[in-house]
Amino acid sequence: MPFTDADYRDMQGLLRFGYVHLTEACFLLLRIEDAAAAGHWLESAPVATAEEQKPSPKTALQIALTCEGLRKLGLPEDLLSGFSAEFLSGMSGDENRSRRLGDVGENAPSYWGWGGPSDVPDAVVLLYARPGLLEEWKRSIETGLKNSGFKLLQCLPTSDMGGVEPFGFVDGVSQPTLDWEGRRDVSGDQLTYGNVTMLGEFVLGYPNEYGKYTTRPVIPGHETGGLPAADDSEGYSDLGRNGSYLVIRQIEQDVRGLWQFLDKQVSGDASKRQTLAEKMVGRQMSGDSLLPMTDQSISGVGPDKEDIQRNQFTFDGDADGVRCPFGAHVRRANPRNADYPAGTHDLLEKLIRLLGFGRKSIRDDMVASTRFHRLVRRGREYGTKLSPDQRLQPKPPDEAASGLEFVCLNANISRQFEFIQSAWLMSGKFDGLNEEGDPLLGNREAVAGCPVDKFSLPVAGGVRQQIQGLPRFTTVRGGAYFFLPGVRALRYLARIAKFD
Amino acid sequence: MTPQANIMVVAPIIAGREAELRRLLASMNREPGVADPDNPLVPFGKITTLHFARFVVLEDKTREDLLVYGAPLPNAINSLAFLCDCDGTADALRRDLVSHAEAGLRQIFSFCTSFQSGRDLLRWMEEHEQTAATTYNNWLGRTAQQVREEEALRKALDLRLQKKATTGWNARQVWEELRAFVADEKAARRLTLTPAARTPLSWSIKNLLDCVGVPLLLLLLSPILLLYLPIFLIQLRIHELNDPVIAPRPSTEHAKALAVFEDRVITNQFSAYGNIKPGLFRRWTLAFLLFAVEYTTRHIYNRGFLARVNTIHFARWVFLDNRTRLFFASNYDGGLETYMGDFINKVAWGLNIVFSNGVGYPKTNWLVMDGAKDELTFKDFLRRHQLPTDVWYDAAPGITAFDMERNSRIRDGIEQESMTDDELSEWIKLF
Repeated sequence: MPFTDADYRDMQGLLRFGYVHLTEACFLLLRIEDAAAAGHWLESAPVATAEEQKPSPKTALQIALTCEGLRKLGLPEDLLSGFSAEFLSGMSGDENRSRRLGDVGENAPSYWGWGGPSDVPDAVVLLYARPGLLEEWKRSIETGLKNSGFKLLQCLPTSDMGGVEPFGFVDGVSQPTLDWEGRRDVSGDQLTYGNVTMLGEFVLGYPNEYGKYTTRPVIPGHETGGLPAADDSEGYSDLGRNGSYLVIRQIEQDVRGLWQFLDKQVSGDASKRQTLAEKMVGRQMSGDSLLPMTDQSISGVGPDKEDIQRNQFTFDGDADGVRCPFGAHVRRANPRNADYPAGTHDLLEKLIRLLGFGRKSIRDDMVASTRFHRLVRRGREYGTKLSPDQRLQPKPPDEAASGLEFVCLNANISRQFEFIQSAWLMSGKFDGLNEEGDPLLGNREAVAGCPVDKFSLPVAGGVRQQIQGLPRFTTVRGGAYFFLPGVRALRYLARIAKFD
Repeated sequence: MTPQANIMVVAPIIAGREAELRRLLASMNREPGVADPDNPLVPFGKITTLHFARFVVLEDKTREDLLVYGAPLPNAINSLAFLCDCDGTADALRRDLVSHAEAGLRQIFSFCTSFQSGRDLLRWMEEHEQTAATTYNNWLGRTAQQVREEEALRKALDLRLQKKATTGWNARQVWEELRAFVADEKAARRLTLTPAARTPLSWSIKNLLDCVGVPLLLLLLSPILLLYLPIFLIQLRIHELNDPVIAPRPSTEHAKALAVFEDRVITNQFSAYGNIKPGLFRRWTLAFLLFAVEYTTRHIYNRGFLARVNTIHFARWVFLDNRTRLFFASNYDGGLETYMGDFINKVAWGLNIVFSNGVGYPKTNWLVMDGAKDELTFKDFLRRHQLPTDVWYDAAPGITAFDMERNSRIRDGIEQESMTDDELSEWIKLF
């Protein structure tokens, strides 16, 4: 069955909406203490779906479960094993994974406030509300949860910083456009960068960018337990369909640390300070690109004018990184390239490239094709927003931390979230760079004696400028991998818990 | 130019002593899977011509897959494999190994059935050599010493640029400054840039004969090959349509045993082992294809990239057990997810022509199509056939193949007497 409107009703809303008008939000980390009682609550939990609502809702509730949570609800091991290995192991469950994700040193899970090896929650309930409505609603949900076999471990609060993240940059500017209508054709190579992405990259149960279905638990029988049918296996019901993997990472940001470091680099020149910060981020503080708009439109960018202005660009026109440094955060996180290096058009050029010839420079073809590594991001800020002046002042002793509750959705954690995190953000060798990790997110922990604390700014016609000894500006404070089930899958899990 | 060579010693392990052997191997490591260059058993760091080395226990974990063909099960004897990639000749390397690590190697090989304490180690190693069907070397002639010297040069230049304010200088000014600096450093013996050695005549002759001989041979055989082609295609399709795919997800224990050895340094090792599909068709197809690939890696892909992939330092494909099994080893930059992604997105066709002859490989069409493009099946297939590399030595940890090429280009620029403005504007971007 291709995607229909019924699937919107079977899908949690976060996959489709960022709930930007619901500016208040908090995330409740929960432990399941009584599975049967929890099942009762989950069966009738007021989950907001992806169906468009008129008038738009005042609140929204989303539910996701970790592997431990699914186990506690009584999901049998043979079904559980249908989930991906990363999900089963968890974000902090394997030190080999932590090493790959850069969660070492000060970022190590043993220091986390939640989600560490012995501290993985069973579930998260995400609450979103219009201004002024969260507190009361949250209290009533919390009471309901507590009376239904859940224990509240922690509430992760968020703050509305008006679409700006704590460092001061407009955030969430670029998102993939999901191919809801199933119009995208991925049977051939993609020779230009596009922003439209197969539904199956984010929603389980649909074809992904390889035209294949991502592995997920399926159960023999037609509509077993009210579950939707599995598209790719006749006679099976799909526990994954309309679900997704939800990744949460709490990232504390040393806002004063960043700005005061930059200030020192430019000897207090305010305009240079901002320029340098923008080079590190790879966007202007306003969210606009550092590169001029391309003439060619990009599929999946627009029709919104602001979107076109901010996102109609690739890095092809900046092959030397003079405008946007190779190591800039957004250039790492979304390199905006295609399956072949820029300038490959016809069959002959493709063949030459395929055989490994036609390299135009030493840096050619260094970065993996972007379309296999996209994320839908739904992060929220937390803590106090600092004014530009405050950022340069010493930190008062009692100041609460601020940062980002990074939230993203993807269908293949290892190819999407983990790949971006390790191969693109943490890697000291991204795109031919040497000894530099992500300027904002880098952990600055040397690998094999190789430091990762530099940041290079290419200069036209001359030798690059380089900043040495970048301190760490962010610290991971928690995180976990969750399964965000479809509505029917959630009810199915609830019934298992009730009768188990 | 100093060509590279390799060795692979393979010998069956005495039954019941594998666990003890693995413990001994583990004692050579600085951290899991990463050899201590100064370990007392085989002090790899003393052998200056060495690029990579590894000890790996060849254990056929997928032998029962052959049951679907109704074929007899192959032996379940585990072997120890010792692999090195080096500069110069294999003979010289064996002599170096014996002179630096005789006692340690004797201790390690004493776990093998055919090794007796009185045996001549050198002879024994030669007798147990398994020649690769195909080898890949990222850059023909780039020596381990050159890699070290050029990295030292790059570091010295980076430091110089850090200390000397060059803001506003044009490329030529920077180049002249750095050239003068290098001349001083060389005079003070703080930097060494050893010129390339003369290419051994015997190697050049052999290489030329191969370069001309193989196409000639193929040309001679072409009438027969062309006549056979339609039959081959029919046979291929019959096999492709009937060969079962066997690629369940690897067990958690297996995945963990592999992961513990990975991402310790920026480069990683990969060892994989599996059975070739039963019957002569697949065996001879694979033998022919590896012969052809060997020609391309020897004469074409020896300058930084293997088709579109530029992250592999050394790789090899080796037939074992009368060509019923294939062993693959490589040393690559970055993480496994990147490596497998490159396989799928950049060189699926190349993976398909070789590995589709292995039992259980994802279904190919016309040899080059599909196969690896079945992403998750392919990843599970690969991971399931991968073996933990008990000991792995990387002589240049933290230096990627790309870094090596860049360092060489930096050096080339420094050693030029004159550079055009265009050359300079490209050269200056290398920093």
